[in-house]
Amino acid sequence: MPFQLTPDREKHAAELFTRYPTRRAACIPLLHLCQEQNGWIGEDVIAFAAERLGLTTAQVQGVVTFYTMFHQQPVAPNVVWVCRTLSCEIRGAKRIQEHLEERLGCHVGGVSKDGKFSLKKAECLAGCGQAPMIQLNDELHENLTLASLDRILDAVATRTPAPPASAPHLAGAHGTAGSKE
Amino acid sequence: MSAIDTSRLLTDRYGLPGSHTLAAAEKAGAYATARTALTTMQPDAIKAEVKAANIRGRGGAGFPAGVKWGFLPPKDPNKPVYLVINADEGEPGTFKDRTLMENDPHRLLEGCMIAMRAIGANVTYIYVRCELVVSIQRLEQGIRDLRARGLLGPKPFGVDHPMDIHVHPGAGAYICGEETSLLNSLEGYRGEPRLKPPFPAVSGAFGMPTIVNNVETIASVPDILKLGGAAWSALSRLPNDGGTRLYGVSGHVKNPHVFEGPVGLTLREMIERCGGMLDPARPLKAVIPGGSSTPVLRPEDVVHAPDAAHPLHAWHGKSHIDVPMGVDTMRGLGTMLGTCCAIVMDSSVNMVEAARNLMRFYHHESCGQCTPCREGTGWLAEICDRIVDGEATEADVDLLVDVSNNMMGNTICALADGTAMPMLAFVRKFRGEFLEAARKGGVADGRLDRAVVSLLGGRAA
Ligand SMILES: Cc1cc2nc3c(=O)[nH]c(=O)nc-3n(C[C@H](O)[C@H](O)[C@H](O)COP(=O)(O)O)c2cc1C
Ligand code: SF4
Ligand code: FES
Repeated sequence: MPFQLTPDREKHAAELFTRYPTRRAACIPLLHLCQEQNGWIGEDVIAFAAERLGLTTAQVQGVVTFYTMFHQQPVAPNVVWVCRTLSCEIRGAKRIQEHLEERLGCHVGGVSKDGKFSLKKAECLAGCGQAPMIQLNDELHENLTLASLDRILDAVATRTPAPPASAPHLAGAHGTAGSKE
Repeated sequence: MSAIDTSRLLTDRYGLPGSHTLAAAEKAGAYATARTALTTMQPDAIKAEVKAANIRGRGGAGFPAGVKWGFLPPKDPNKPVYLVINADEGEPGTFKDRTLMENDPHRLLEGCMIAMRAIGANVTYIYVRCELVVSIQRLEQGIRDLRARGLLGPKPFGVDHPMDIHVHPGAGAYICGEETSLLNSLEGYRGEPRLKPPFPAVSGAFGMPTIVNNVETIASVPDILKLGGAAWSALSRLPNDGGTRLYGVSGHVKNPHVFEGPVGLTLREMIERCGGMLDPARPLKAVIPGGSSTPVLRPEDVVHAPDAAHPLHAWHGKSHIDVPMGVDTMRGLGTMLGTCCAIVMDSSVNMVEAARNLMRFYHHESCGQCTPCREGTGWLAEICDRIVDGEATEADVDLLVDVSNNMMGNTICALADGTAMPMLAFVRKFRGEFLEAARKGGVADGRLDRAVVSLLGGRAA
């Protein structure tokens, strides 16, 4: 079935187009709206956005591939971004990543054993003075210790229902080991 | 006017209960200046105050905002003028604009209104990186509240100058902080920088005359008008670089944070304001003064300016960290003021590893349009990897220098220079460390967290 926005989001999308002198300028906010609903941006979303924006699918694809916050593959219900840039790194970001990998049972780029978390590496997230820090879905969690990180993950894991074992796109995607980061 | 505490202007309302709401901000004085400016001042008079304020752009390049506003072509009724706020805050080490947007979005919104009046714009786009969800929510709420009150709309304060403001989210690309890349991203294109000229003031957003300014630059405008440009300028400790500004410190200090001070504090003062070094047993080794694109400084280096005519003569014989932080003074030291957010590194940090961390960042973030940048950032990251991993020779250290030199001045935007200049400074100032790593085969354990492992604690029960 072709992708469609929910009626609420449709209203929001209509308002987006009033903000700019061109339709195309609504591209990034519209893609955010689609991803918020769909979790990621696949061919069906691209076709939908292209039609709305008056662009070719190749043009929208070009935009999607440029920006790291657009997921071009399905992701788990929760996404953890761990900042590994210098200010965080000298305040323990690597230790935070190691703890995440151990706890989630996956490497950066992968999905946790329980299917509830995708783990990704971020570049500086403007929280340098509160390092080390992660972004978990829409929230920044800062001044982390291993204990506070555990509490944050526990809370989210508890309220996330286990994804169906049959979620095919997530199965076995435990990331790539062997990188020396 | 005497009631104004001039040591806290931008951060005046931080910490008030509900400081991000219109009600709290207004009660503490927000929009009084916008009202006066819109109802009693001509646009040219506003511009003159901003020029007299000597405010240097807070986004990194330090260009005088008053001069930039003067580059707009004469008003053409067929060409709307846009104001675009750069809230992409992506420069590693930089975390100041976020504090303004989260604690006091109305200071920025008030600044936008005054600036729109001055430059003849009717619409502002605030380009915020999408990760800053709280900033976006608070700005959007603020805009809705202003519209509901008619302060944004056809006649703000009854003045016949329609105004509106929109928040535009980014999507995760450091390069979109570069102003022409930001404009492409705003227009719905890939965030690739544009060739200049034309400059945005002539042909910017949607091909129209556009002023792009940083969040803090525009958030300073209400105070400039309130105090008067000359008085605001005089708050600074330095000439031609006026006012107060936000300082940020991250890394190995006791209490990393953002605070406000007059332009011209020294790095030593900044570290002291953050409680001093994290561990007295580990002294300061190096500091990156204003975001990762600014070349690193060492405390043991002293200013050599015996000539009385030298701009740094007043600090002759003093440590680099005792020179006031200003756009021109930092340039005099061979670095840049950048975003005025310093990364402090103690003796636990291996400089080869620190350089590698940043080179990987730039390699990841290069947009790839220019060969010297695309290839150069890749080479620098790879050579640093080789040195850290013990697969390099001493010649590779010189290769870092050659590659950097070939990247500079040959590209569409300043990302390439902002990679090469810090790389050169790392090698020049810590050459021994690079050579030793190349010679001995690698960096002991390749970690940068030695100073903090005990702070992170063990496993939770
Ligand atoms: C690679 C690169 C990244 C930049 N990132 C930012 C940024 O995140 N925020 C910002 O305000 N300026 C950034 N700038 C500087 C802008 O291009 C521009 O100079 C600035 O927004 C102008 O505003 P100002 O004059 O008020 O400082 C960046 C520049 C470059 C070359
Ligand atoms: S210098 Fe680098 S980031 Fe800038 S336009 Fe060229 S390739 Fe892109
Ligand atoms: S370096 Fe991690 S938030 Fe800036």
